[in-house]
Amino acid sequence: MARLAKGEATVMELAEPFEMTQPAISQHLKVLEDAGLVVRRVDGAKRPRRLAKAGTESMDQWLTMLRKTLEKNYDRLDEVLISMEQPKRKGRDKR
Amino acid sequence: MSKLTLKTEGDTHVVVTRRFAASQEAVYRAHTDPKLIQKWLLGPEGWTMPVCINEARPGGKIRYEWTNGNGGGFHITGEYLELEPYSRIVHVERMHLPDPTPDNHVETRFDKDGTGTLLTLRMTLPDAQNRATMLATGMEHGMEASYVRLESMI
Repeated sequence: MARLAKGEATVMELAEPFEMTQPAISQHLKVLEDAGLVVRRVDGAKRPRRLAKAGTESMDQWLTMLRKTLEKNYDRLDEVLISMEQPKRKGRDKR
Repeated sequence: MSKLTLKTEGDTHVVVTRRFAASQEAVYRAHTDPKLIQKWLLGPEGWTMPVCINEARPGGKIRYEWTNGNGGGFHITGEYLELEPYSRIVHVERMHLPDPTPDNHVETRFDKDGTGTLLTLRMTLPDAQNRATMLATGMEHGMEASYVRLESMI
């Protein structure tokens, strides 16, 4: 994504700085494309990718990510709060 | 099950609410005790927070470091501005990706709601460029989490 932020790039150009195979990069790109963050263009045999406009501008995507993260965190916090109550109850039972 | 609400306030802030079936003191402690924070403030599945510094006093430092156990990770740093036990916390934080994002000013309120607590989180919205950077990080995290699940299914 950081590389694409600088401009359009092919899978080969994207794989180069990383110790990743082209299929691995393609798999990552597919997830980003499915999420609407990256789009591909046809240029002869090449399929250069660039950041989707929505990827840099869409507030909705960022808010969706924030919501998912917070929902997971707070579901875990529910469990933490339950575990915080238990030692107190045991303490009371002993008395 | 308690439902989270999330709405934007103009172009600059986002406000989140979530109810918890616990006292204000318990929810507040879970936000300021490092041992408790490390159990829940983790984001996607598979991530842990090996470093959790939380000096819960005005001017106190915050540093959270996350890792996916696979060489992936990032951290945030911050400072406390105001603390009113057990009702309100104001702090600033920034993500290091690795360049620091602009300061996110966060107000966390803990209000009594019947037998439970209503949590209200009000924070600064990042600008478009930083949203894109954070989204990239988030997408990669989400992707890794789904790969882990795939592997465990196979």
